[in-house]
Amino acid sequence: MSILGTRVVRTEDPRLLTAGGTYVDDLRVPELAQASRVTFVRSPIAHALITGIDVSAARAAPGVVAVLTAADLDDLPPPPEDSGLTGTEGAPLPLGGPWGEPLFAVDRVRFVGEPVAMVITDDRYQGEDAAELVNVDYEPLPAVVGFDAALAGASLLFPSAGSNVAVNGAKEADAATFEGCDVVVEHTIENQRLAPVPMEGRAAAAHWAAGKLTVWASTQNAQIARFILAGALGLDPGSIRVVAPDVGGGFGAKIGVDRDALLVAWAAKHTGVTVKWSETRSENLLAMTHGRAQRQVIKIGGSRDGRILAYRLEIVQDTGAYPRMGGFLPFLTSLMAVGPYDIGKVEAGYRVVVTNTAPISAYRGAGRPEATAAIERAVDLFATEIGMDAADVRRINLVPPEKFPFASPCGAVYDTGAYAEALDKVLAGAGYQELRAEQARRREGGDVLQLGIGVASYVEITAADAAGGETARLDVHGDGTATVYTGSSAHGQGHHTAWAMLVQAELGIDMSKVTVVHGDTDLIPTGVGTYASRSLQLGGVAVQKAAVDVKEQARRVAADMLEASESDLELDIERGAWQVRGDPEASRTWGQVAEHAGEEGLTASVNYTEGQPTFPFGTHLALVEVDTETGKARLLRHVTVDDAGTVLSPLLAEGQRHGGIAQGVAQALLEEMVYDPSGNPVTGTLVDYAIITAAELPSFELLRSETPATINPLGAKGIGEAGTIGATPALQNAVIDAVSHLGVRHIDMPVTPARVWAAMSEARDGQ
Amino acid sequence: MKVSVSVNGGQVDADVADRTLLVHFLRDVVGLTATNVGCDTSSCGACTVLLDGKSVKSCTVLAGQADGCEITTAEGLSADHGEMHEVQRAFREEHALQCGFCTPGMVMATVSLLAENPTPTEDEVRSALEGNLCRCTGYHNIVRAVLAAANERRTS
Amino acid sequence: MIPAPFTYKRAASIDEALELVAADGDEAKFLAGGHSLLPLMKLRLAVPEVLIDIGRIGELSYIRDAGGHIAVGALTSHDELSRSGLLAQELPLLAHAASQIGDPQVRHRGTIGGSLAHADPAADLPAVVLALGATLVVRGPAGSREIPAGEFFQDLFETALQPGELLTEIRIPKPEADGWSFQKFAKRGIDWAIVGVAVQGGRVALVNMGPTPLRASAVESALAAGSAPHEAAAHAAENTSPPDDLNGPRAYREHLARVLVRRALEESRTRA
Repeated sequence: MSILGTRVVRTEDPRLLTAGGTYVDDLRVPELAQASRVTFVRSPIAHALITGIDVSAARAAPGVVAVLTAADLDDLPPPPEDSGLTGTEGAPLPLGGPWGEPLFAVDRVRFVGEPVAMVITDDRYQGEDAAELVNVDYEPLPAVVGFDAALAGASLLFPSAGSNVAVNGAKEADAATFEGCDVVVEHTIENQRLAPVPMEGRAAAAHWAAGKLTVWASTQNAQIARFILAGALGLDPGSIRVVAPDVGGGFGAKIGVDRDALLVAWAAKHTGVTVKWSETRSENLLAMTHGRAQRQVIKIGGSRDGRILAYRLEIVQDTGAYPRMGGFLPFLTSLMAVGPYDIGKVEAGYRVVVTNTAPISAYRGAGRPEATAAIERAVDLFATEIGMDAADVRRINLVPPEKFPFASPCGAVYDTGAYAEALDKVLAGAGYQELRAEQARRREGGDVLQLGIGVASYVEITAADAAGGETARLDVHGDGTATVYTGSSAHGQGHHTAWAMLVQAELGIDMSKVTVVHGDTDLIPTGVGTYASRSLQLGGVAVQKAAVDVKEQARRVAADMLEASESDLELDIERGAWQVRGDPEASRTWGQVAEHAGEEGLTASVNYTEGQPTFPFGTHLALVEVDTETGKARLLRHVTVDDAGTVLSPLLAEGQRHGGIAQGVAQALLEEMVYDPSGNPVTGTLVDYAIITAAELPSFELLRSETPATINPLGAKGIGEAGTIGATPALQNAVIDAVSHLGVRHIDMPVTPARVWAAMSEARDGQ
Repeated sequence: MKVSVSVNGGQVDADVADRTLLVHFLRDVVGLTATNVGCDTSSCGACTVLLDGKSVKSCTVLAGQADGCEITTAEGLSADHGEMHEVQRAFREEHALQCGFCTPGMVMATVSLLAENPTPTEDEVRSALEGNLCRCTGYHNIVRAVLAAANERRTS
Repeated sequence: MIPAPFTYKRAASIDEALELVAADGDEAKFLAGGHSLLPLMKLRLAVPEVLIDIGRIGELSYIRDAGGHIAVGALTSHDELSRSGLLAQELPLLAHAASQIGDPQVRHRGTIGGSLAHADPAADLPAVVLALGATLVVRGPAGSREIPAGEFFQDLFETALQPGELLTEIRIPKPEADGWSFQKFAKRGIDWAIVGVAVQGGRVALVNMGPTPLRASAVESALAAGSAPHEAAAHAAENTSPPDDLNGPRAYREHLARVLVRRALEESRTRA
């Protein structure tokens, strides 16, 4: 029996539990033994000209090794030529030209938290003291906060650009689209700005010696980080080594390396001083990239029998102070706008605006939660308008099984799916009819505590950059152990366990004898890393292919050793031994075969690039109880199907679903990164930025569904972001559903008690 | 100021700046890095250790306040030959950790909880852990691990 | 993240604490559990030059039945308050409210004296001692004095404590009326109350409805005049000045006050 698909506890855990992980700040490598500490000086003002910087007091402070500002950036290559990107190319690349982002702010700051200077001190305590002594003169400029202010353009972040609209991918509305619709509902909704809040913030350490730069970074992609460093610092990639030690969560916000980490690396090269940096949580909330931040105009039309005929999604994406991702995020939103529905006419377009807030980048789901939240709200609004059950409306419109692969009107081709089946499985698992009956009973009785049932069906795109592929190298050693070098880069996902499972399944080498290595560009020069839920379907497949390659090499070697023909040889997976069929005495162990294999031993390297994006799908149902006197919602139950194809490790897959659900619920109920009209962050600490705790969540009910992908031998799609995508709209719809009988049609997220109460009051006053 | 602290059963004497936080004392002076710093407002609990047997957030305790006290960190839970404590075993068995950053604090909070309430209900577990934030697991398996550890203790 | 530099001193007794604070005057602050003060210092919102650690003064941690009243030492932790059998019997409002503060780690360190001296109107214990009609015992260079709770909380983070004075004991009369309730409304279990209500008999105190904890006097008068809970609760927001913030506008807090007072009064009746 294959180990694949079975419950296997993680190989990563004993070390993490008994000694703790080794995150950047924990590193005790010889190169960092005498490292100095970097502390950033950051702008306290959202939009201003820098009219002077006086570092003299800071330079004289105890323990100060150096104080660096933009004036010291004299050893960088000239910025690249304007790439001419419009941002509508669907690539996660920063816009150049007038929208360029410096390392230290030069003459202007554009968001609170933007790095303006750096102090390097013997220890971190001195660093905080010295940073306070750097004196920066600011001449305030009017701050641009919010979509309306950005579009109005009275104040410009980049005057030479002439506008705050950095990307224009808007689609003109076609009047014909909604022709023939008996019912049309339109609404403007917001998918609010979030902070990723990985438990470990950003961190980096850098050492420059003998022309080589070594950077330890809390990153999801060591190789991409190296590429970025090479370009930014004007170094040959061969003279840079990037190491990702243990990483305490990333969620998309630690892709590659960002501006602050580049400054740390530059500082090491510029001064020759070895440096370490780990940000505080306050800095993390201010200056790590944020996520989401879309304003959406949704328009949905159809007939009274429940058929949806048309849908329009118009997005304004707030990208913060610098367009680091061009139009990539709303591009993905547009690509997935129609969700799992078979809707004839769909229009989706976007504009991207800059504001005096932290830059926006990927955050778990990266553009797809926004798409699902929009259409799931639209479907509920449509259902309410026609007086039909929200689940029934979905069932009528979900893409039926016979239409796969399904070419959506938005340009994506959904590979495999069983959407209605997922919906019905969740409804059955939740006891939907009983829940509706209980809801009706409470409404009848005018209970203070009302039930809300929210449904969300979704499809999402994983491995969107499948063409970039992933690498794996497998070595089997003379002592019978094996080493996997993977391009993937786990930061909690358990790849070491999963890839070891793959080796055991393919070769019969016990997991305990398989070491997995990742995240070191000296050992793994080529690789992509972990984001976009790509790792199993690309990195895992690469590992399996390398194992298959090694198996075939071994067959030849074993045949030679046993003086048999290759076709007579078989690999006994259970025993992990090569033997002649029918003659168990004639067998060789993996170690023996590897020894015999010669100088190179048994080794295979794979760069798997034949993947394609895949489309996991599912349905979430949230049951909430809303206290109609206070507006507070409590999540009672959360039932899901998240179908990401064949499950390799049920333990790891469930863990990803749990974590995704929690973050999705948190967006709906609690989290919002808020700036005041002057661009000052209001939710700048974990006291005010409310991430969810164990006390606000129930245990989840995960149902099983596996509709294999056909594109790869593992049948795998990506599971990492699906939970987040499905959970948010299910919660939002549930809370609105709880008070819909009082006339409430919509409440923007987070659906805090105050907002629920305000919505109820408004509905009551309107009657 | 001079402090003398018992850490995981071993005496540590040091001269530290008065403002040294206990978490930095443990990480930088004693060299035990399992205990992590996850926030600056005493919100996240990643820094949780036991001080004289009770869970505390070591980022909100001065090293000076721990003078003469006994501190237990996650590293101090395993037996000398590295065998895991029952709570650590339960965390592994139930997949209650992913990136591992919140885990030492979560484990220490659990040890403290079970010392004060050996048979908690699920609700009691969730309330007891509300000062320990996790961004990866959604808490589902953490709760399972705590209940499993409580159960193992009860039946052994 | 790191406090500004300061000098740490430790007091082994009340007398020593008073001597030390007399010597350093304005530049010194007492450090008890540290869970109100240290967070402020780490964000450099408070920068005392001297910290006098009184956390080891064992004689300040106790819960005693003193006949007509319960005497609680200022250094008694929230955790100890929540577990006290004596309080469960005589002052369940205090025991219960203490159990709702923050999370277990916070409760292991935070003290009632620290919380009261810090005087955050969003904290729970100031309103609780107000509802219980407590008297705060304060020691200073001139000796001891007793301050009724109603006079102790003067403004946002400001109490009647004079420089050089140390809060040593909280004296709480054993309630005449048994009914009590504590309604704490927050988004998450670990959050400060958006609005809170403490009821003991006919005394009603509000959390976070002004710069200090407040007695809901109009409610109390209505109750004394024989109003039913929902009628009396209608007066809950009178003479309050709740904040307008991320958690809601003023009108929302006023509404919550009315709802929570009604619920508190109803629950209190079930225990009377």
